[in-house]
Amino acid sequence: MNTSFAWIKSLVPGLDATDQEYMDAMTLSGTKAEGCQRLDADLEKIIVGQIKKIEPHPDADKLIVCQVDIGTGENIQIVTGAPNVSEGDKVPIVLHGGRVAGGHDGSKTAGGIKIKKGKLRGVESNGMMCSIEELGSSRDMYPDAPELGIYIFEPDAEVGKDAVELLGLHDSVIEYEITSNRVDCFSVIGIAREAAATFRKELKLPVVTETGNREHAGDYIKVSVLDNDLCSRYVARVVKNIKIAPSPKWMQHRLAAHGIRPINNLVDITNYVMLEYGQPMHAYDLDTIAGKEIIVRRALDDETFVTLDGQERKLDENILMICDADKPVGIAGIMGGENSMITDQVKTMLFEAACFDGTNIRLSSKKIGLRTDASSIFEKGLDPNNAMLAINRACQLIEELGAGEVVGGAVDVYPVKKEGRRIPFEPEKYNRLLGTDISKEDMLSYFVRLELLYDEAANELLIPSWRQDLECDADIAEEAARFFGYDNIPTTLPTGEATTGKLSFKLRIEAAARETAEFCGFSQGMCYSFESPKVFDKLLIPQDSKLRETVKILNPLGEDFSIMRTVPLNGMLTSLSTNFNRRNKDVRLYELGNIYLPKQLPVTELPEERMQLTLGMYGEGDFYTLKGVIEEFFQKIGMKDKLMYDPNADRPYLHPGRSADIFYHGNAVGYIGEVHPIVVSNYSMKDRVYIAVLDMPEIVKEASFDRKYMGIAKFPAAVRDISMVAPKEILAGDIEKVFEEQGGEYLEQYALFDIYVGSQIKQGYKSLAYSLTFRSKEKNLEEADIVTSMERILDALEKMGVELRKN
Amino acid sequence: MKEKLQNLKDEAIKKIEASNDLTKLNDVRIAVLGKKGDLTAISKSMKDILPKDRPAFGQLINEARSEIEKRLEDAKAALEAKELEICLKKEVIDVTLPAKKNKLGHKHPNTIALEEVERIFVGMGYEVVEGPEVELDYYNFEALNIPENHPAKDEQDTFYINDNILLRTQTSPVQVRQMEKGKLPIRMIAPGRVFRSDEVDATHSPSFHQIEGLVIDKHITFADLKGTLAEFARELFGEETKVKFRPHHFPFTEPSAEVDVTCFKCGGTGCRFCKGSGWIEILGCGMVHPRVLRMSGIDPEEYSGFAFGVGLERIALLKYEIDDMRLLYENDDRFLKQF
Repeated sequence: MNTSFAWIKSLVPGLDATDQEYMDAMTLSGTKAEGCQRLDADLEKIIVGQIKKIEPHPDADKLIVCQVDIGTGENIQIVTGAPNVSEGDKVPIVLHGGRVAGGHDGSKTAGGIKIKKGKLRGVESNGMMCSIEELGSSRDMYPDAPELGIYIFEPDAEVGKDAVELLGLHDSVIEYEITSNRVDCFSVIGIAREAAATFRKELKLPVVTETGNREHAGDYIKVSVLDNDLCSRYVARVVKNIKIAPSPKWMQHRLAAHGIRPINNLVDITNYVMLEYGQPMHAYDLDTIAGKEIIVRRALDDETFVTLDGQERKLDENILMICDADKPVGIAGIMGGENSMITDQVKTMLFEAACFDGTNIRLSSKKIGLRTDASSIFEKGLDPNNAMLAINRACQLIEELGAGEVVGGAVDVYPVKKEGRRIPFEPEKYNRLLGTDISKEDMLSYFVRLELLYDEAANELLIPSWRQDLECDADIAEEAARFFGYDNIPTTLPTGEATTGKLSFKLRIEAAARETAEFCGFSQGMCYSFESPKVFDKLLIPQDSKLRETVKILNPLGEDFSIMRTVPLNGMLTSLSTNFNRRNKDVRLYELGNIYLPKQLPVTELPEERMQLTLGMYGEGDFYTLKGVIEEFFQKIGMKDKLMYDPNADRPYLHPGRSADIFYHGNAVGYIGEVHPIVVSNYSMKDRVYIAVLDMPEIVKEASFDRKYMGIAKFPAAVRDISMVAPKEILAGDIEKVFEEQGGEYLEQYALFDIYVGSQIKQGYKSLAYSLTFRSKEKNLEEADIVTSMERILDALEKMGVELRKN
Repeated sequence: MKEKLQNLKDEAIKKIEASNDLTKLNDVRIAVLGKKGDLTAISKSMKDILPKDRPAFGQLINEARSEIEKRLEDAKAALEAKELEICLKKEVIDVTLPAKKNKLGHKHPNTIALEEVERIFVGMGYEVVEGPEVELDYYNFEALNIPENHPAKDEQDTFYINDNILLRTQTSPVQVRQMEKGKLPIRMIAPGRVFRSDEVDATHSPSFHQIEGLVIDKHITFADLKGTLAEFARELFGEETKVKFRPHHFPFTEPSAEVDVTCFKCGGTGCRFCKGSGWIEILGCGMVHPRVLRMSGIDPEEYSGFAFGVGLERIALLKYEIDDMRLLYENDDRFLKQF
């Protein structure tokens, strides 16, 4: 919403503030002023001059030399190339040392262009005549300006006067952000009312007088509203003997300040009142209205209609139409029809001011794909009481400007009058909610400026019907707070029962995951929750996989963001790929984010959201590096029992020989592996890429921050090394399982210290060497204590087909 | 005999002084004090001296021995010090050569900002809670006083899964879920991912993060809201930070406000960063709307409360001067490493 500041000042005559002061104060009272454009910012020393004499330039065919009266008694000489000036013309003159906003091609120069006297082809020139473009505007906004050349004032313009004033450019356009609850502020009057309350000045509304001849509109038109739910009020008036002409300059200038192009008196009056009262109106050529009857009804399904922009629109039964006895003549609140539009030949006009249901207008406008100035206002939901005021104001202007003969009376279909609410006045309650001590009198003094009147007898506030947003105590408290000043409300801290600040256990585990990952060199990435269904193909996930059962977005930002992810791999691989293709070396990333698993398809209840810790890396490090990170993490969150790695992970996106599912206490908690080379290449990479995914809900179940000191061993350890040659199929994990099972009570730990595959060892075998540490908590171990354990281990290994190497 | 002893001593001192390394010094010690050494030999010749002279001579020998021993020791200490010095000199390294780093990973700027915010509010007794990202329409809109057909519900802002299920557009539904649990008082913050149907560009992302705050108790006032957020702003942006509350409108709070903080770049004098205003908008807040309280089963006559919502990315972008939101989701290592 924009308003001319001059217009606001004309409605609040006592308002005396600079643009900035006004904007600051309005913002603090709740009408956020977001921007301000001074129309005369770059206009300086520009006056009305009259050309007294024109002579040709002695050295240039295209230039002329003018003697110009600038009201000082002495003429000044100005050389110009303008083709449109004649002796006697009154034109804007920028004097020596003044400024204009830009060039005559409409280009603007920041800070304006300084004009100095000088010589043009040897002839002295003491200023410049201005086109409307040089004055910072355009022919769109000043239709009286010539297409090429200097702006020419009306003959009655006073020589020597401020030309900028005459053009209505001593003004600022203030831009506001109006919140959706304040429909009334989408009008100059609404903003002026806020300004009056903010600056505690009187609001002077236009005085709307009775208009019309002795006839009655009802003799010209009959109105019936069939769908009162969609049209709560319909007011019709009639104007005859219309004289289409340009509107007066003052009106054109105000419209121009609001960026509305002046057209003719009728259109301009409609637009002017729409700005002033926030009530859109529509005019029909009454001679095109069949049966002299207006019927407001829903469209028929598949009905078509040509709007006044010449477009054919397809309608349905939810769209409200304005019809005559035979046919539709307009789409209610959105656009009139070509068949009834006002032309220059119009004689009698039907003027409509109505109140349509905001939601319906919004939905209809979307359905048709047509959003107009009128519909964007109607869709906010207007006050029906405003309709009559606005149409009477328009008729008043029609009479004042001589645009036609207004027929007396109005046809007003308004079955249920909207009354303003009454809310009990409870100042203590407002103070209690605000933490303030504002006196009752002060509150009432704020409210009266907003036209919230106080009924002392009933102790109630009478809420005007345009303040549909005021419903309860909290709303009234806000009105009191706004004008008391949010700044003046004290600052305190909540008292009352103490509460414990804390993070949930899940969040603490996630923090531990972040800490471990970062310590191990992984930086945190963030990926989108939605992705393309094509990622499943990229990841080689089979057609029948459950992972392809996804939660789908009905209205995605394109297919690439259309499904909620069921695997976190795509985000990670995409990020790694971005890095790889930007030649970043040795990249390690992790992500903590949800996957979304539907409980059923189609989705009828909320999907399961499972937090996943995803680690990905390329460059330095290998499978075992990543495995180490996982084990560090499990240690950190108290999961100290042995992790099982099942190499038969059978995950299509992973290298079949270099991947494993991870189990803890028999439960699957995640997987790890080298990414399948085809997948790597699908993501445009050419390196080995490792990835691990941990399913956090399973991990949270097992994790614990409890710690118990176990004592430091007092007795010496006995260490035994075992060297062996094992068939390749036997995994280190299998051998370690033997240690675990056969090691006996004294086996404290075991560690692989050598592994070798190569020419020294026979084909299909590998050599492994483990160091086993035995220790007792109670005594010095003797050889006999260890021998039985060792024998059991060696026996079991031999049974598996492992050959022991005797040292 | 005396003379011989004197000569021997002088000779020995001379040799000690001439020794320029520990080996030579040791040779001197053996030659003089060793089993077959010169002084030992003199001691052995005691038997050739008259018994009456023996004590006096013995004393002379002892004096000579301790004199030589002391000289030897001093010389040894001096030589050792010298050798250590030479050795240390040889071991000089170039301390300006590159460090061998244990390559640590880096937190996402969003997380750094989030942890800051969490730290502040946990310190004030707030619990950090979470809610679902795929949410029921009821919690995201209706229970927050955003009725059917409200423009905010418009399809162009919200991603829908079906008529009742959507991707939450705000973290505010967590408020409602927490209130419905019926445990009062409440002091909570709810950080999390939210979604809006905005095309990706430098200032928009269809997925971003918010932190919701909610306090419900008896006698909570707008002044408490002001005090709490002023404290928060000072903690987050520095002790000198001032806050400005501007009236605003949110369907689920009344009165409502938008909050500006003094620009932490220029301190409020106006700069490019704050577009000359000296202020930067950081959050929206207000007193929980009585209708919202009632819908969640809380009696607004007895309890009141305030709520606020902060955009996490907004804080991260402002605090770390990140000029393009897309950087946050690209995960370029060179970007992440700067945090």
